[in-house]
Amino acid sequence: MVTRSEHIASDILFEWLLRRGDTALILGHRVSEWCGHAPVLEEDIALANIALDLIGQSRLWLGYAGEVEDKGRGENELAYLRDAWHFRNVLLAEQPNGDFGNTLMRQFLIDAWQDALLEALKSSADERIAEIAVKAGKEVAYHLDRSSDLVIRLGDGTPESHRRMQDALDTLWPYVGEMFVADAVDEAMAEAGLAPDPQTLKPGWEETVAAVFKQATLTQPQSDFAHKGGLTGRHSEHLGHLLSEMQFLQRAYPGATW
Amino acid sequence: MQVSTDTVWQWLSEVPDPEIPVISLTDLGIIRDVSWDEDTLVVTVTPTYTGCPATSVINLDIETKLRSCGIDDLRLEQKLTPAWTTDWLTAEGREKLRQYGIAPPAEEQAQRGGGTDARVARLTGLKNLVVACPRCGSQNTEKISQFGSTPCKAAYRCRACLEPFDYFKCH
Repeated sequence: MVTRSEHIASDILFEWLLRRGDTALILGHRVSEWCGHAPVLEEDIALANIALDLIGQSRLWLGYAGEVEDKGRGENELAYLRDAWHFRNVLLAEQPNGDFGNTLMRQFLIDAWQDALLEALKSSADERIAEIAVKAGKEVAYHLDRSSDLVIRLGDGTPESHRRMQDALDTLWPYVGEMFVADAVDEAMAEAGLAPDPQTLKPGWEETVAAVFKQATLTQPQSDFAHKGGLTGRHSEHLGHLLSEMQFLQRAYPGATW
Repeated sequence: MQVSTDTVWQWLSEVPDPEIPVISLTDLGIIRDVSWDEDTLVVTVTPTYTGCPATSVINLDIETKLRSCGIDDLRLEQKLTPAWTTDWLTAEGREKLRQYGIAPPAEEQAQRGGGTDARVARLTGLKNLVVACPRCGSQNTEKISQFGSTPCKAAYRCRACLEPFDYFKCH
């Protein structure tokens, strides 16, 4: 079933779909790096399962992107045969795991954003986008429950766990602004009724994070300085290293299949 | 001659879920439709979770089963809408889960309310789900982790009989 929207140029829709798919893919890969390394077994299992959900969501977005592009590229080609400057994920997703607290804080900040975004996308004029949003939205709501819970427990935990969560928040805060910036792609999508203007998601997101930070006794940074560029392919130095691992097999053995 | 779709449903009810083999694919509620498109049998399947590693195994198991029943011309289709929910688990499926040692999802809990207030209430323990221990039936249980041995389960512990168990989470 292809319900490709007739309301918009396919290159704009393709670009927007890559932003969704790449953010889920890169965050999913980052989270999967914990497999076998988490502080306790239950967390190891939880992180691996969250990574699976994210990679599954990425397959839906990138699969649709490939159909829209219509150049014979599917989810696998898009995931494994592009280099860093062709990726369209937000910079926050590619930031290194750091310690467990840093990983959870990154997850929480993105979960709260994805939750608001997917909720809005459920009423997209593009049926395919809407149905992916319903499916992914259920999973992300569950992730947000978990990341909120752990941010609260660790923030309002021991002096050491509190310090680590506050450090993580301060470190990652300069990357949150990019999630709410609108460019020409977003404006065209909003105008066609396919996606919300990212700026409209900010009040809901702020409400969610402020409520959790209050419970977690964490102080929300005041600066609104924002690193930007991921959504247009200008990435931090971390993405290339991530891809060299994620894409190793296809780089070493091009076209390899099971 | 084409077999009836009822017969195909019966065959599919004999295919176990690869990760929880006590329940069948039809118990799980993921087979959405069975129909004939001229000479081709079309089976429509919906995924439980987008990243569930069992999805491809499930498709292979469906194909293997139907071919062993003499169906040569078949096609599997994926359908995302309406999205799968644990409310589609059959009553029989729930009972089989319980007997297997997995607490079934709390009925009609999948469509829980969202929003910040509801989340904070859940997180601060005001509205925790009551999950009964599948072994001793006690409701004095606690959640250990939101994820268990597969993406569809959470890890719980019974404070009465002290046994850990999996809870098939609401979705």
